[in-house]
Amino acid sequence: MSEREMSTIKDMPSNDMYVSGHGACAGCGMSVAVKNIMRILGENTTVYVPASCLIVISAMYPTSNFRTPYLFTAFENTGAVITGIRAAQRRRGIDSTVVGLAGDGGTFDIGLQALSGAAERNEDVLYVCLDNEGYMNTGIQRSGATPFGAWTTTTPVGTKVEGKREFKKDLMAIVAAHDPAYAASLSIAHFNDFVKKVEKAKNKKGFRFLHVMTPCVPGWRSDPSMTIELSRLAVETGMWTLYEMEEGAARTTYRPQTMLPVTDYLKLQGRFRHMDNDDIAKLQEWLCRKWYLHYGFEAEQPVCAVFEKQKPLRPQHEEQLHFI
Amino acid sequence: MKVKVISADHAVAYAAKLARTEVVPSFPITPQTLIVEQLAEFISDGELDADFIPAESEHSVMSIAIGASAGGVRVFTATSSQGLALMHEMLYGVPQNRLPIVMANVNRSLGAASGIWVEYNDSMAERDSGWLQMYVEDNQEALDATLMAFRIAEDRRALLPVMVCLDGFILSHTVEKVELPEQEEVDRFLPKYDPLNPLDPKEPRLINSIVPPEYAMEMRYQLDRAVEHSREVIVEVDREFEKAFGRSYGGLIDTYRMEDADYAMLTLGTATGLARRTVDKLRSQGQKAGLIKLRFMRPFPFKELCQATKGLKALGVFDRSASFNGGGPVHTEVAAALCNVPVTVTGHIAGIGGRDVTPQHMEDMYAIVEKAARGEDVRPVTWHGLRGEME
Repeated sequence: MSEREMSTIKDMPSNDMYVSGHGACAGCGMSVAVKNIMRILGENTTVYVPASCLIVISAMYPTSNFRTPYLFTAFENTGAVITGIRAAQRRRGIDSTVVGLAGDGGTFDIGLQALSGAAERNEDVLYVCLDNEGYMNTGIQRSGATPFGAWTTTTPVGTKVEGKREFKKDLMAIVAAHDPAYAASLSIAHFNDFVKKVEKAKNKKGFRFLHVMTPCVPGWRSDPSMTIELSRLAVETGMWTLYEMEEGAARTTYRPQTMLPVTDYLKLQGRFRHMDNDDIAKLQEWLCRKWYLHYGFEAEQPVCAVFEKQKPLRPQHEEQLHFI
Repeated sequence: MKVKVISADHAVAYAAKLARTEVVPSFPITPQTLIVEQLAEFISDGELDADFIPAESEHSVMSIAIGASAGGVRVFTATSSQGLALMHEMLYGVPQNRLPIVMANVNRSLGAASGIWVEYNDSMAERDSGWLQMYVEDNQEALDATLMAFRIAEDRRALLPVMVCLDGFILSHTVEKVELPEQEEVDRFLPKYDPLNPLDPKEPRLINSIVPPEYAMEMRYQLDRAVEHSREVIVEVDREFEKAFGRSYGGLIDTYRMEDADYAMLTLGTATGLARRTVDKLRSQGQKAGLIKLRFMRPFPFKELCQATKGLKALGVFDRSASFNGGGPVHTEVAAALCNVPVTVTGHIAGIGGRDVTPQHMEDMYAIVEKAARGEDVRPVTWHGLRGEME
């Protein structure tokens, strides 16, 4: 463990656990996230990666660019496998950070049950969801994390239906319902916030969950140079909110000055290029509701002035459960 | 040594406790549940120092087992039927990663015409996974086989997972006298588990990765060799077990009154006891009947069967599951093993969905095999105990 807690990018160690030689695309947001998470977690870490882009880019036999112990088995069992590793290491007197690095498909969808099991048992593990909003490894298919309107190969832009018709699943609300020791959402564009949250997650005991937005160049049809800018715009438009939950309470960790129109975010990505004004308005309205819920009604957002303010977003009993 | 009157499920739980199992991932399913309940009690009462992990599905049970075994500790779990099927995906990685997990499968029918009663279609469906599979005859053997399973699994020549299969209800919920060995005796027989490649930051290593065609085939072949090497381990462990506890079960197979037999049945599981009695009855009538007990379905006893059937004219094979219109799985494998041996092999499917295999059924089986031994034409596969006109 480090001498003092890391809180800014300047405190980052330079001893990489995730080194060069992997096969990620240019501009891969996931690779940026994993490299820096592994830097902060350090060498006393044991990694589990389920089926995902990450396994393919980092563990093609006989090489790996991870310098820590590393296990892979299947797609849907991250919560379970890290449970087993932690139990074994505890019994053998090894106190390493056991971390599962899973994608959004492996977390929102096929891995949700194992995630819930591990969270409910309050296993002493760190679960990281690297969210690129689709099954990118298998060639860009829709997941529960794909945003409304987005093109994927299974939500094609057809003559009758254009893109995904459902809104992104609120995974953090599901995680929050398990009352985890720590949970936070991260952006690779807000780096001091990123460092603080990973450091906190590393040092806490019990079930910890980090949700990182990781732009995907081929899946989002974006320019490799825009990965960090997209992460920043996601927060400024309300497509992503930075917050954390500890001991049953939640708080936003970064508040944008003024909400930018979602089109600022959409226009940089080919996956949204077909969206008509009706669909964009639908998405904007959804974002406005989310924005007021997360940041409060005090600061009125000009972008949202055309929409009727609706409160509450959730049924009363859910509001009482948790913040998001 | 203590003698207790317990069910086979409890006998298996005692064995897992005596083996000083360290991690027990669990999920309830009838008729296995008594095993994990008993282990939970042992752990809660401080009689066993282990982590009991109540998973949210059998898929997660096997995933936790893999994580814990890769982490370097002794892992035991138990399941049945649909639970085993839900584990299916995870079962295949265990032998290839050389993780010596021991699991009891309390046999129960799988799929529609759903039931909770014994049938072997659950474990037979997993016989190509690379897991070693043993089938037991009674409660004492359930305990003994589980203890042996740890020794076999952890032997560096094998380093393979072992599935101990026992009949649902007929064994799992039926009490018998079982000799419980002393802890010190078991500790001498089964030393503390020493993992070969545990996940440890001090010695970072990658376990399982994406393996391209340039390497995967050799890895599969190494697994094939490991299963081959387990044959000698199984025979040795049985000998060691006899030295330690005074009981021996043979190696991959056991035989009964086969010396001068003209014809015989091959059985597995609880039907073996009934077959023994039938052999005795036939022998008392001057018939030269014998019995082969199949202990291990994997590794499959090719050589042993060829030796045991020398001089035999016909062999009937008992199956408690069916590969529909393809005989039973044991039948087809035995027939393949004996294809160069001049013995007629017939298939006998009985006890499906938990139906009782009666003395009459067993006598009918022997009667058909006896006919085949005399050179008469008989049906290649017979279902015994069907009611009504079925054709």
